[in-house]
Amino acid sequence: METKNIMIVGVGGQGTLLTSRILGGITTAAGYDVKLSEVHGMSQRGGSVVTYVRYGEKVNEPIVEEGCADVLIAFERLEALRYAHFLKKDGVIIVNDQRIDPITVVTGAAQYPDGIIEDLKNKYKVISVDAMDEAKKLGNNKVFNTVIIGIAAQHMDFSHDAWVEVIKNTVPPKTVEKNLEAFEVGYNL
Amino acid sequence: MDEKKIMLGNAAIARGCYEAGVKVSAAYPGTPSTEISENMVQYKGDIYSEWSPNEKVATEVAIGASFAGVRSIVSMKHVGVNVASDPLFTAAYTGVNGGMVLVAADDPGMYSSQNEQDSRLVARTAMIPVVEPSDSQEAKDFTKYAFELSEKYDTPVMLRTTTRLSHSQGVVELCDRQEIPDKPYERNIKKYVMMPGNAIPRHVFVEQRLKDMAADGADMPINRVEMRDKSVGVITSGIPYQYVREAMPNASVLKLGMVNPLPRKMIEDFCAQVDKVYVIEELEPHIETQVRSWGIDAVGKELLTVQGEYSANMLREKLLGEKVETAEATQVPARPPILCPGCPHRSVFSVLSELKIHAAGDIGCYTLGAVAPLSVIDTTVCMGSSISTLHGMEKAKGKDYIKNWVAVIGDSTFLHTGVNSLMNMVYNQSTGTVIILDNSTTGMTGHQDHAATGKTLMGDPTYAIDIYNLCKALGIQNVHEINAFDIEGLKKLIKEETAKDEVSVIITKSPCVLLKTTKITGRCKAIPEKCKKCGMCLKPGCPAVIKQEDGTIRIDDTLCTGCGLCMKRCKFDAIEREEF
Repeated sequence: METKNIMIVGVGGQGTLLTSRILGGITTAAGYDVKLSEVHGMSQRGGSVVTYVRYGEKVNEPIVEEGCADVLIAFERLEALRYAHFLKKDGVIIVNDQRIDPITVVTGAAQYPDGIIEDLKNKYKVISVDAMDEAKKLGNNKVFNTVIIGIAAQHMDFSHDAWVEVIKNTVPPKTVEKNLEAFEVGYNL
Repeated sequence: MDEKKIMLGNAAIARGCYEAGVKVSAAYPGTPSTEISENMVQYKGDIYSEWSPNEKVATEVAIGASFAGVRSIVSMKHVGVNVASDPLFTAAYTGVNGGMVLVAADDPGMYSSQNEQDSRLVARTAMIPVVEPSDSQEAKDFTKYAFELSEKYDTPVMLRTTTRLSHSQGVVELCDRQEIPDKPYERNIKKYVMMPGNAIPRHVFVEQRLKDMAADGADMPINRVEMRDKSVGVITSGIPYQYVREAMPNASVLKLGMVNPLPRKMIEDFCAQVDKVYVIEELEPHIETQVRSWGIDAVGKELLTVQGEYSANMLREKLLGEKVETAEATQVPARPPILCPGCPHRSVFSVLSELKIHAAGDIGCYTLGAVAPLSVIDTTVCMGSSISTLHGMEKAKGKDYIKNWVAVIGDSTFLHTGVNSLMNMVYNQSTGTVIILDNSTTGMTGHQDHAATGKTLMGDPTYAIDIYNLCKALGIQNVHEINAFDIEGLKKLIKEETAKDEVSVIITKSPCVLLKTTKITGRCKAIPEKCKKCGMCLKPGCPAVIKQEDGTIRIDDTLCTGCGLCMKRCKFDAIEREEF
């Protein structure tokens, strides 16, 4: 099997690390060689963050390079646009339709682009969701990323049971139930 | 045990320590090394682990444990090695009793650092061996091997990692802990008391030790030759090995696990078998310069940069001339890191900005106060430097020159090395004002305890150093504590204290908003009818306060923590706080 490349991008503090751990867990449990590369430290303070996940028979390089990603999971619109060129031609973008203004926009030094999702749809296969809205309906903003994992799961080759198992083993014990609810919402969207 | 687990490089290093029978671990947090100690805690009972106030202290703790006869580890980021270099350079002479390993975590690309120095060069100057793994499995295995080398050759060993290795996860096969019996301690002043008469013969020993290790290198399992197509031979180590395998799968490779001292014979034999030699290493040409000095025509930095990280595509392009076609990146607004919504530093900085006061800054989240719109921090060099830099400015240009200056430093950084600088201010009759931004944690690295939090790394309650009384004890008369969100009080205090011809310390106390113990009790809400579009609430640069097209503001309820800074800045009551 050819190595699969997944990227998770977002804004520091949105919980990209937990998502990458869930992906790491499910790919490892399936017996693949897996490498994940994360960003810690200063960028976690509201900066643009990216996590790479690669799995296959044997993985060398821990990062995904431009033009190589099979799936791009974006927790925020502008970040989807920033990293879209990392996708393969037939790659899929799953984007959380949320806007978080970078400080360059807050101070007026730059403008937040209009029509991001429409632009991306012209070039790539795009699935957009207001995951924050779905999470609010469940009564917990924080599980929005598990809604997105649910959607991503539709585009990956792992069983429903395997996802449930890995979520149970990865998220904080007190939040298992809420996260599983959020996963179901995404999985059935 | 044949369990496999996906592990962060840093977690694998901690696991390696556990399996190697390590008993003592010390560190000061620093990206990308922090998770080594955080993962060490799970082995409580087998390994004693602590946060020390700085890397020099941590290294001395590890040295003491080694002298006493147990295996010890100390871990730090690359710039921490500078702080630790005093004990390290002499521990190179004393050697060890129990094995001792120092982890140096370099940061090519400077994801979270103030410089890009290469720790291999430090180790070369300190005359200690360096071991460098390439993935999580090797991070664990090489850690264990480093302890064997340490004891066999009577030397501290540097385990060098980089951000990409420390913060990548890979599959690791776990083994059981090896119980290493404590070695007896025997008084031996010729080895452990480094005064000239003893150090002179130890220097001779150190030089011989490096020669022995270089000669033995060919037999070390961590150095290996992968012979493939002989037209190209690559000498590499660490993470770049992965890029080489990806970009040049048919090339022959000499993969070095020990990068100091270099196994010269092994390298010369390898080079003799291949037509063209490349040396591929991130940062400085540490291997390349030595290899070329032996008369080998190796190619490296003439094609590859000394800056940042490498990648497989970079090697394809620079070495193989294969341009990888990719879609063009879209130009989008930059998203640099910023202070979090609800961060108490933002409140203090908004006051300094209003008073047009310059700040000599330090290392921590608050370094972000340098950028717009707060633009308060003027200088940042290293841990603890804010206070001494301000002092130097005063001595250069006089006390009136620094009336519109302060030093700002975090609580953890103050205890790291800032306290020494404050001592100097008192001793040398400074008149500057120091603001200690006390948020009850080591913030930037992800919330580690320190000597003033009342809790140890292993989670036990302990005595919390009282920063207020510490400053008092140094002889400072003007020491004040104030809530970071008391804007009016802070404004008054800063004006008064900077006007004085004496040293002043203002401790702004408000816990980091991300701490689990910080309770979010409400959030702010804009009242558009009352908004006069003056923009005062936008000045502190909170990401939760958003200007709308019509000029009024909106507060993002998913980001707002209800700190009330925007509300206090509004003169028209157009923002109110809702309690939950």
